[in-house]
Amino acid sequence: MTSNAFIAFQKNEETRCIVEAIVDDNPDAVVVDQPAMVKVDVPGRLVIKRATVEDKMGRDFDLQELQLHLITISGHLDESDDEFVLSWQS
Amino acid sequence: MDMKVSKKLGLKERYTMMTRDLAWDTTFQPMDKVFPQVGYEGIKIHDWDQWEDPFRLTMDAYWKYQAEKERKLYAILDAFNQNNGHLSVTDARYMNVLKLFLGSTPPLELMAARGFSMVARQMVGAGPRVACMMQSVDEYRHFQTQIHSISNYNRFYNGMDEFAHQQSRMWYLSDGKSFFDDAITAGPFEFMVAIGFAFEYVLTNILFVPFISGAAYNGDMAAMTVGFSAQSDEARHMTLGLECIKFMLEQDPDNLPIVQRWIDKWTWRGTRKLASVGMMMDYMLPKRIMSFKEAWEIYFEQNGSALFNDLARYGVKVPKCFAQTIEEKEHITHQSWIGFYMKPDACPFHTWIPAPDELDWLSEKYPNTFDKYYRPVLEHFDRQEKAGNRFNNKTQPMNCQVCVSTIKFNEPGDPMEMCFRETVYKGEKFHFCSDHCKEIFEDEPEKYVQTFISSHAALQGKCEPEGTDINAHDYRPGARMHAYWRMDKRATGDFNGSEDQKNFAEWRHQATKN
Repeated sequence: MTSNAFIAFQKNEETRCIVEAIVDDNPDAVVVDQPAMVKVDVPGRLVIKRATVEDKMGRDFDLQELQLHLITISGHLDESDDEFVLSWQS
Repeated sequence: MDMKVSKKLGLKERYTMMTRDLAWDTTFQPMDKVFPQVGYEGIKIHDWDQWEDPFRLTMDAYWKYQAEKERKLYAILDAFNQNNGHLSVTDARYMNVLKLFLGSTPPLELMAARGFSMVARQMVGAGPRVACMMQSVDEYRHFQTQIHSISNYNRFYNGMDEFAHQQSRMWYLSDGKSFFDDAITAGPFEFMVAIGFAFEYVLTNILFVPFISGAAYNGDMAAMTVGFSAQSDEARHMTLGLECIKFMLEQDPDNLPIVQRWIDKWTWRGTRKLASVGMMMDYMLPKRIMSFKEAWEIYFEQNGSALFNDLARYGVKVPKCFAQTIEEKEHITHQSWIGFYMKPDACPFHTWIPAPDELDWLSEKYPNTFDKYYRPVLEHFDRQEKAGNRFNNKTQPMNCQVCVSTIKFNEPGDPMEMCFRETVYKGEKFHFCSDHCKEIFEDEPEKYVQTFISSHAALQGKCEPEGTDINAHDYRPGARMHAYWRMDKRATGDFNGSEDQKNFAEWRHQATKN
């Protein structure tokens, strides 16, 4: 069974756009709503694309801004200017 | 002026320039003398440049985002306090969560700050050195903001003002203290596995995610904002711990058995520390969100399995204690709460028997164990309390020599039997809560014979308030523990009938009536 990579954010206006972007870019994403927070699970590999988030927010977005809202992550991380990727190799 | 505008550097380039490019090899002294500790533990490193922080966070960006987090945090804290927010929590039992949290968590954050600044000094590579420095500053921030957020409650409720004094002295705070004492006196790589992996990956995911989510829905905006703000740093911390494990395994195959032993040891130590966090979720939040068992399944069983399956390519095996923790998830929170209820004079927070609807919630969440083992005990205590015969254990608890938890957990496979182990070292007998703790002791007995256990030391006359004459003919060891602990008696015993309960009801009434 493929392990889930996941990310959780505080629930707010910015993360609403970020979660929408994740859902668009990761067809297998499962969004779990919890009190005050939102968690997104994706089997194997989860990608957040800067361009998609900018499109949702209608403004420039630096992927490092994610840190303001992050609660937790699972998976090996690789971050560049354009993509924030979490993945498991098994 | 004619200026040539160059393209802004990319994240990867910027990270390289701000870390590795600023570092240098020493020449007046050889590198192994400048960084002596990295060799002590037997870990072999061939190329430090292979370690990169995958967040690629540079110091300039760090300060920018951390400042923004602080502004958000204090805006919410101020608003909450200005709005008499403490009166909007679900009910006054909730305050006891904060009392337990205050004694057990901020002092450990401070230890983590110290530990990471020590490890940052020892790391040869610029990547881990910078990341450890950032983590040290983060931990200091958590220590301060947690205390700030609770200080407003301290103006109104009993039992919070002596947490710093009590942290090194109270029987039930010793498990967390010993966790960090053990980690910080190990070498730098073991410290990274202990805190970066076990504490961050296993523990904070439960403490700051489902528990803080629960605090939010109990109306405590202060704990919510502090908890989430801290946890936004923890994602970076977990990543650092995971990178450290991968780095050691990739650098040399000889590192595997050492790393495996640390993973086995620290997963177990983290699990033991979690019993009281789980108890906060199952028993102390008046509005319950998620059971400890559910949280354990998501954040340890599933998330931990993902990690261990991934690390299997390096030869790492699932920690030895994994199966036992799965069995224990249905027991430990009940055993802990019952343990605290039985000692009403010995903790600066209140206990209570859950209301009937809360007992039903526990029955539903723990179908295999609660009705069979724990509900009858709680209902028995409740009847006794109502008959004026409240159970009160006045003896000193017995603590495990390694994890310093009180010895109270059950024998694997037999919930009706208490688990108890002992070993003899140099003619002296030592006691443990489990096979895992016994094994940790036997690996490094010279370290663990030094463990300070206040409830045992008290019986030797070593825990007395100033001015006690332990040679007096009427001296009784342990008889003045309240003074030694600086215990506020108003904060002890049953919630029902307490000053906190009375004040909260009166203030809430004043807040809603004219």
